[in-house]
Amino acid sequence: MAKLPKPEELAVINYQPPKTHWMDTPVDFRPGTWIYAGKPESLKTVGLPNPRNWSPEDEDWKLPENWKEILLEGLRDRLDRFRSLRVFMDICVRCGACADKCHFYLGSGDPKNMPVLRAELLRSVYRKDFTTAGKILGRLAGARELTYDVVKEWFYYFYQCTECRRCSVFCPYGIDTAEITMIGRELLNLIGVNVDWVVTPVANCYMKGNHLGIQPHGLVDSFEFLQENIYDITGINIDLSFNRKGAEILYVPPSGDVFADPGTFSLMGQLMLFHEIGLDYTLSTYASEGGNFGLFTSNEMMKRLNAKIYAEAKRLGVKWILGGECGHMWRVIHQYMDTMNGPADFLEVPKSPITGTVFEHAKSTKMIHVVEFTADLIKHNKIKLDPSRNAGLKVTFHDSCNPSRAMGLLEEPRYILKHVCDFYEMPEETIKEKTFCCGGGAGLGSDENMEMRMRGGLPRANAVKYVKEKYGVNMLACVCAIDRATLPPLMEYWVPGVQVCGLHELVGNALVMKGEKERTENLRFEPLGTEDDD
Amino acid sequence: MGLGFSFLIACALILGVLLGVEVLGLNYLFAVIIPYLAFGVFFFGFIAKILKWARSPVPFRIPTTCGQQKSLPWIKQNKIDNPSSKAGVVARMALEVLLFRSLFKNTKADLHEGGKLTYQWEKWLWLFGLIFHWSFFLVIVRHLRFFLDPVPGFIRILENVDGFFHVDLQALYLTGFGLLLAVTFLFLRRVVIPQVRYVSLAADYFPLFVLFTIAATGILMRYFSRVDVVAIKELAMGLVTFSPTVPEGISVLFYIHIFMVSTLLAYFPFSKLMHMGGIFMSPTRNMANNNRAERHINPWNPVVEVHTYEAYEDEFREKMAAVGLPLEKELSKDEAAATKA
Ligand code: HEM
Ligand code: SF4
Ligand code: SF4
Repeated sequence: MAKLPKPEELAVINYQPPKTHWMDTPVDFRPGTWIYAGKPESLKTVGLPNPRNWSPEDEDWKLPENWKEILLEGLRDRLDRFRSLRVFMDICVRCGACADKCHFYLGSGDPKNMPVLRAELLRSVYRKDFTTAGKILGRLAGARELTYDVVKEWFYYFYQCTECRRCSVFCPYGIDTAEITMIGRELLNLIGVNVDWVVTPVANCYMKGNHLGIQPHGLVDSFEFLQENIYDITGINIDLSFNRKGAEILYVPPSGDVFADPGTFSLMGQLMLFHEIGLDYTLSTYASEGGNFGLFTSNEMMKRLNAKIYAEAKRLGVKWILGGECGHMWRVIHQYMDTMNGPADFLEVPKSPITGTVFEHAKSTKMIHVVEFTADLIKHNKIKLDPSRNAGLKVTFHDSCNPSRAMGLLEEPRYILKHVCDFYEMPEETIKEKTFCCGGGAGLGSDENMEMRMRGGLPRANAVKYVKEKYGVNMLACVCAIDRATLPPLMEYWVPGVQVCGLHELVGNALVMKGEKERTENLRFEPLGTEDDD
Repeated sequence: MGLGFSFLIACALILGVLLGVEVLGLNYLFAVIIPYLAFGVFFFGFIAKILKWARSPVPFRIPTTCGQQKSLPWIKQNKIDNPSSKAGVVARMALEVLLFRSLFKNTKADLHEGGKLTYQWEKWLWLFGLIFHWSFFLVIVRHLRFFLDPVPGFIRILENVDGFFHVDLQALYLTGFGLLLAVTFLFLRRVVIPQVRYVSLAADYFPLFVLFTIAATGILMRYFSRVDVVAIKELAMGLVTFSPTVPEGISVLFYIHIFMVSTLLAYFPFSKLMHMGGIFMSPTRNMANNNRAERHINPWNPVVEVHTYEAYEDEFREKMAAVGLPLEKELSKDEAAATKA
């Protein structure tokens, strides 16, 4: 694995475009800035084309013989299926408003990470084969031939976009480079060009129900481990149930939270909360993944993985579905699930059994976000919270890309935070719909890609550093499982001394439970009430 | 490369008019035939493009949300930046189209010592973009005086407002100068900012040159060479009533003007200028974020292979039984024995 440069070195960024025209500037597969290729077994598991061993560094990518035909036909097909693609291919005026809005451009200075150029990588090929001007004028019209090198360039830059949609906020026409990246990745998948960090989780999720490939008994074990931890901390033995028919609610967290800190702490917080309010819910081992790396593969793959949630809800006969803290999961659930796998006419409109609130805004999809659920509980005074148990923590909140820009979950988490801890906001330009990505979303969170992650995460880290210096912030809260995996190394690299937590970890700490023993430790087994800001 | 090429083409077009009108006497071609053709290309080309876009369906509802969603009743929704209703979408679109609201969010990022990033105020693009578009629009509306007889009241009012400032008793139309100024700014910005220059194509410079020439010749005609307005109105009325005549004594400046307008019209449907239509069809802006409340239909929703619960249970039945998970199909005797063993 490539050696990661020091922060001082990485922070020197040259924004001057190179002398050579971008069409004449080939990709340099520098270690640390790209991700290993998809393993053939994983491709086979889900029936993706062209499974083979290869590496992006290789000269020969072992593409199918007619790769060019496949790509162009795939593009034609998608132009006919996605109006977004058609319109976005035609209307960009190259005003450059999106350019310095992308965290990867800000962190790398590579002009092809400007959203406008990222899109031009595909647009140039579109012009050549689908517009008259491009056919006649060629390069003068910004058109270029689809060559082997273009494929390599697509791979490099479509996997240097976290599909975060920040560019789309600033574009006067809403051109969403994430959409172009998604379609670009679909195309690459047609010829077997993809990354293992996406494909293997996809294959795992398809066969075993979750990205990590944990089998049912392993999953039960892991939950029981969390159950024991909760007992040790609170003296309360919470109930767990799996695959239980007739439960009122199916609860689907992202599987990352079951296995890796600090996600586990946040999941514990949720389990404690559900126990405290006596929620009649079940977990499922089959639909044990709310996240969906299919989103980073193709719309069909997203649908295949997502299908489990409704199928399981139907099989178990629950009334509605509750989803955990996860970012891209909520893009899928909010913007795609109902369309792909609905209608969910076998479910009821979600209604909180505790407060009686009917979640009308989810009346068709029938799935709500746990943060919406908890905010409603707090608003109705249904739980007792003792924020002093989070004393010593100065918390700021990282809006995850998808809940912000593909949903609008902004005030709910803030409402909860204000009730459980000392909360400080990062600067305006870096939060809510303008939030900066963690640098490792959309399947880019692998270790071999660390340099690029640190670069992409720079703007986010910078804003954290600002509130750390200004207010002494020492905890970065978020509602996303990918964040909980990618932000800790990012903080360690750029802003040492700031830890990362899920929102419900703070809720779990503050939650006063009936019959609990006096708490001496937080959910991390650290002594309560001590400052921890080294 | 793109810049030079566009500049040459624009110059060639102007030379072409000079040659055609002054030397070859092709006045009818430039004053009648080309404008008709150009308008036809624009009209049908525009519609064809819109229809082409419209033929591709919108499989998913993918608004970019830029504010608080509609969720719990006590949380204030941002009804414009995250609309959940048609009215909200209309308001959002209106602000985009009329005021370039998204562009107004623009900032400029700066990197300082030690990797510190700041985001500076940067509304120039928004300001000059707005000046350009509104000026252009108002200039077009004012031009209707040539095509309508009698001239409607609202155009006279617009002229009076636009021409409020006078120099030597002559009304100065702000929009004309605004257009020229803004186009110049947009051009300079494109050449001066290295990143924007790096991404610019011939197709980005060309419309600016054409627009610049249109505005410049217009201003020259109005304030400096004082063309024969009566003759031009006669020509314009002839064109709209489909009985074109070419009066004598029209300056070559006018021929350049109308030829560049024709060029712009004919070029329009095949270029980025179609953003005028595209902005209305952009799915990230023109859809309501009511995703979980109303089901959106994908006309080509694919039938996909899924891994069913049954297949999953078949694979893991013994392991599931071992940890006491409920099963759909109980273990066979052999399996049960195997589990115990
Ligand atoms: C609904 C109508 C329209 C809307 C909402 C609209 C909006 C915009 C916006 C927001 C920009 C980017 C910022 C800027 O450069 O100003 C732009 C650029 C541009 N627009 Fe429009 N526009 C419309 C119609 C037109 C028309 C009719 C023309 C005709 C010629 C035009 C010509 C241009 C040009 C040349 C640019 C690029 C400027 C540059 O090079 O930076 N637009 N438009
Ligand atoms: S902001 Fe939009 S129109 Fe401007 S360059 Fe970026 S994608 Fe193109
Ligand atoms: S979606 Fe995000 S990562 Fe991708 S180009 Fe836009 S701003 Fe950059």
